[in-house]
Amino acid sequence: MTLDFSTLLPYTDVILEGLVTTLWLTVVTTAAGIALAILVAYVRDGSPTGTRAVISRLLGGYVEIVRNTPFIVQLFFLYFGLPALGVPISATAAALLAMILNLGAYTAEILRAGIDSTLKGQHEAARALGLSRRQSFRHVVLVPAFSRVYPSLISQCIIVMLGSAVVSQISVFDLTYAANFIQSRNFRGFEVYLVVTLIYLLLAVGLRLAFEFVGRRLFAFRQGGSS
Amino acid sequence: MALVSVKDLHKSFGELEVLKGIDLEIEAGEVVSIIGRSGSGKSTLLRCLNQLERHDWGTIHLADQRLDGGAMSPGELSQNVGMVFQSFNLFPHKTVIENVMLAPLVVKQTPRDEARRIAEQVLDKVGMLEKIDAYPAQLSGGQQQRVAIARALAMNPKVLLCDEVTSALDPELVGEVLRVLEDLAREGMTLILVTHEMKFARDVSHRVVFMHQGRIHESGDPQTLFTRPETPELSQFIASVL
Repeated sequence: MTLDFSTLLPYTDVILEGLVTTLWLTVVTTAAGIALAILVAYVRDGSPTGTRAVISRLLGGYVEIVRNTPFIVQLFFLYFGLPALGVPISATAAALLAMILNLGAYTAEILRAGIDSTLKGQHEAARALGLSRRQSFRHVVLVPAFSRVYPSLISQCIIVMLGSAVVSQISVFDLTYAANFIQSRNFRGFEVYLVVTLIYLLLAVGLRLAFEFVGRRLFAFRQGGSS
Repeated sequence: MALVSVKDLHKSFGELEVLKGIDLEIEAGEVVSIIGRSGSGKSTLLRCLNQLERHDWGTIHLADQRLDGGAMSPGELSQNVGMVFQSFNLFPHKTVIENVMLAPLVVKQTPRDEARRIAEQVLDKVGMLEKIDAYPAQLSGGQQQRVAIARALAMNPKVLLCDEVTSALDPELVGEVLRVLEDLAREGMTLILVTHEMKFARDVSHRVVFMHQGRIHESGDPQTLFTRPETPELSQFIASVL
């Protein structure tokens, strides 16, 4: 067998288009998924009472459903299920929604571990200073909690980025879809998937480096100290 | 009219009755040390004063205002009663000045310039002005505790509660924290301290309260109390710590 990468050249813009889709899906998912996770963790934090207890249970159900079913089934459920319920949804919207809900659930659990390990003294100091639960969560609890679980958070975001390959199954034009498309035209499967594999690898490494760069700035307080 | 007035305070944790009826009046500008064995209820009493613990029975008044039972919001409470903890409890992700500015900014809604001015003023008072941009992890225990005192003072409370504030410190760092408290006492700050520093209790406080099994067993001016204890429990306690 001989490798011939020149057969890929006419498809450069196809690969680029797929790459751009994968990239923006990842970026939007990361931002929205983390925001969703913060919201879920905030509602579920502590021992909720009244309305918050009800919402907290519902959110707990959401987290468990997402964490105990395959991503592709979640994707199909949204893409094929919502229209059946009378809610029309485009493939891209379904893909984005599924990814955000998926990352949100996993990150909420990761973040909860960080929040639960907050020392009692931190809560007491915040209360003694007159901070409300919301102020305490935002100003006292959140950043150190993130700093403690940051490595797990990075891994989860990379998993979701790699998992986004699945959205090609509902014909979202991502990197994997581009690969399938090219392979079906030029039948050079090995070359195409080799290149796309390398691109995913670079994306994963790049994403990790970007996260670590941000983390060093965000969590500068940890340097030279324990905690 | 006493500044702090505690009447018939009871508190149980489950079956265990920790406070069995505490009556205590503290005047403005008074420095009161609460001493006693561990488990005698002294920390619980202190923590009831700013409602970190909710007591089961009794009342607490500050000036003529009811303080307990939800009569004051946490925000109001923090502007009346400040607290310093044994383990400092600084916020690790915030610099010294950010730690001190946080409550004035978010609880009191003080404008940022004003909050910074206040923060610098209280940090100067505790001798930490040159470290305002350091993170807690970069400070010694004594320095962290001085920042914690400044953080409580930034809310301009009428009373400062100190819960064994030197117990977690290396011996050579105790002095710098006690000196700050002495300065505050001299300036007329009302201080209520739970402490194991008997020398400090004797030299700086106006009154010493000895707690035993959930009650105030004996109290009085430090000279009398330490040299002529009336009860055998206090004599034993003094003998065991001196």
